[in-house]
Amino acid sequence: MLLLEAIILSVIAASTPLLLAASGELVVERAGVLNLGLEGMMIMGAACGFAGAYMSDSILVGALSGVLAGAAMSAIFAFLTLGLAVNQVATGLALTILGTGLSGLIGAGFVGQKIVPAVQLHLPILTDLPIVGRIVFGEDAFVYFSIALIVGIWLFLYRSRPGLILRAVGDNHISAHALGYPVLKIRMLAVLFGGACAGLAGAFLPLAYTPFFIPGMTAGRGWIALALVVFASWRPGRLVAGAYLFGAVSILQLHAQALGLGVPSQLMSSLPYLATVIVLVLISRTRGTAGSAAPASLGMVFVPDR
Amino acid sequence: MRKWNIVGIAAVLAIATATFGASYAAEKLKVGFIYTGPIGDLGWSYQHDVGRKAMEKALGDKVETTYLENVPEGPDAERSIEQLARSGHKLIFTTSFGFMDPTLKVANKYPSVFFEHATGFKRAKNMSTYAARFYEGRYIQGQIAAKVSKTGVIGYIVSFPIPEVISNINATMLGAQSVNPNMKVKIIWVNSWFDPGKEADAAKALIDQGADVLTQHTDSPAAMQIAEQRGVHAFGESSDMIKFGPKAQLTADTDYWGDYYTKRAQAVLDGKWTSEDTWGGLDSGMVVMSPYTNMPDDVKKMAMDTQAAIKSGALHPFKCPITDQDGKTVECKGGTHLDAGQILSMNFYVKGIDDKIPGK
Repeated sequence: MLLLEAIILSVIAASTPLLLAASGELVVERAGVLNLGLEGMMIMGAACGFAGAYMSDSILVGALSGVLAGAAMSAIFAFLTLGLAVNQVATGLALTILGTGLSGLIGAGFVGQKIVPAVQLHLPILTDLPIVGRIVFGEDAFVYFSIALIVGIWLFLYRSRPGLILRAVGDNHISAHALGYPVLKIRMLAVLFGGACAGLAGAFLPLAYTPFFIPGMTAGRGWIALALVVFASWRPGRLVAGAYLFGAVSILQLHAQALGLGVPSQLMSSLPYLATVIVLVLISRTRGTAGSAAPASLGMVFVPDR
Repeated sequence: MRKWNIVGIAAVLAIATATFGASYAAEKLKVGFIYTGPIGDLGWSYQHDVGRKAMEKALGDKVETTYLENVPEGPDAERSIEQLARSGHKLIFTTSFGFMDPTLKVANKYPSVFFEHATGFKRAKNMSTYAARFYEGRYIQGQIAAKVSKTGVIGYIVSFPIPEVISNINATMLGAQSVNPNMKVKIIWVNSWFDPGKEADAAKALIDQGADVLTQHTDSPAAMQIAEQRGVHAFGESSDMIKFGPKAQLTADTDYWGDYYTKRAQAVLDGKWTSEDTWGGLDSGMVVMSPYTNMPDDVKKMAMDTQAAIKSGALHPFKCPITDQDGKTVECKGGTHLDAGQILSMNFYVKGIDDKIPGK
């Protein structure tokens, strides 16, 4: 295996959980809701995903358990922020803390167990092609699904009427409400979808990445995914590019170290966040012009008047 | 035993003190533990928790233990340590290097509480330090690596450039060079004690760049699992990881803290606790090598001979002369080998490592 091929394979694996989690959060934020509980939903997805896979011996059951766990966590968030109009930032942070604790409890009985990880696709001839074979035709189902998901989200947001309504809700919930759209219902569906994606992203870690469960194994990936949504300025295309860029930075810095290039690893580890800050600055400078698709009602509480 | 998460600890402690504190504090010795990782990390913190349980078992109802897991290193730890001190714990073990200054601060504030800090070098009247001479196991690992490696490259995954980690890298290389002077090491810093995904990525990167024996100074079995998948060898860290690498693990240098914890708690019970600096190795049973597996018999024999030699004191991994990577001979303060101070504050790579210590 060529080094380049090996690096690309690692980059794809490292980027996939970021892409999955950020895809869901993108939809949530485009609907005008800021759910900072991504890390908590992911780690719950990891714990329940592993538990499901371990007990059923099926990666699919594991993935579905992760999806359900993430969606259940987001349902708590939806109930509090949409139903009771609680502050979204505080609720999101609380969700992360809850998820970290609860996942440790759920996963405690599974620590030290191992499972057979998700199989990688193997097509005759195609997968054996030099260089591109493994990269394009030799990934696991999570990777293909993550790509299909973001394409689907793009089609939904920009090529469908419900997607247009969802964006309208995120941009001006008062107008959307006046037009007769059920703002809270749309937001609730978006939040649940976001939770499901985060749960799947979390489940990817113990089911395909490192096939065991350990408390806290998401190790901040939820926060990177949150930063990624801002980095992508809420656009699906840029989200894909950003996810692979963040993944590439994290893998390349490891290779640079192994080669003894003397790159300061601490700096490299902080690059995704630095890049996000820079993008935020750029967004605020170009606000009102083209470029940013920041939902105008992001994070604002909406209580319909009756 | 009660298990508390760091979040909400204040509330729980308040209730616990109110309900149990008053009635039990006088009879039982309350012993507190601060762990930096989750006890489920299967590595460092897990092994300390094994020690805690061993102590509980040995001393029975004379002690009552509490632990706080996932406590971040650095100034924040102070609150957690102080919570334990304030809630009637008379003996507190802080089990990671980064807890050093916070422990010292709290120790100065609570002179009647005894503190024990692992792997550090700052002591006080009521604060001991203890550590295991992990480098002894690393030296054996280096020798094994040099024997089984075909590519001649060791892949080393590390957390932070603190003296203990650096002395372990050096010990590994000195062991390797004693078998094959041309052994190379590739080093990756992941800037975390515990990030399974990143540890796995680092393991892949090292294998992709030609390493065929992995070793680590991080806490999860992720690298072991990658080694197993890729068909290369690896050493377990802190605890026996054979389950994650039945064909990959050569051995693991495990830490066994139970006897020490029992001894120290007993000393408090007897009123004989004094501030000490304990540095146990293979001889004291603080460092235990897991069974030598997946290697030819002659390599196994070599490993066992070396182990016996280190144990008896006949061989010291840092025996003089030692040359640093710039070719300078290191001053030999311990007579025939480097002294403890030099090893505990080690901040140079030995000859043969073509890399730089980050930030140096």
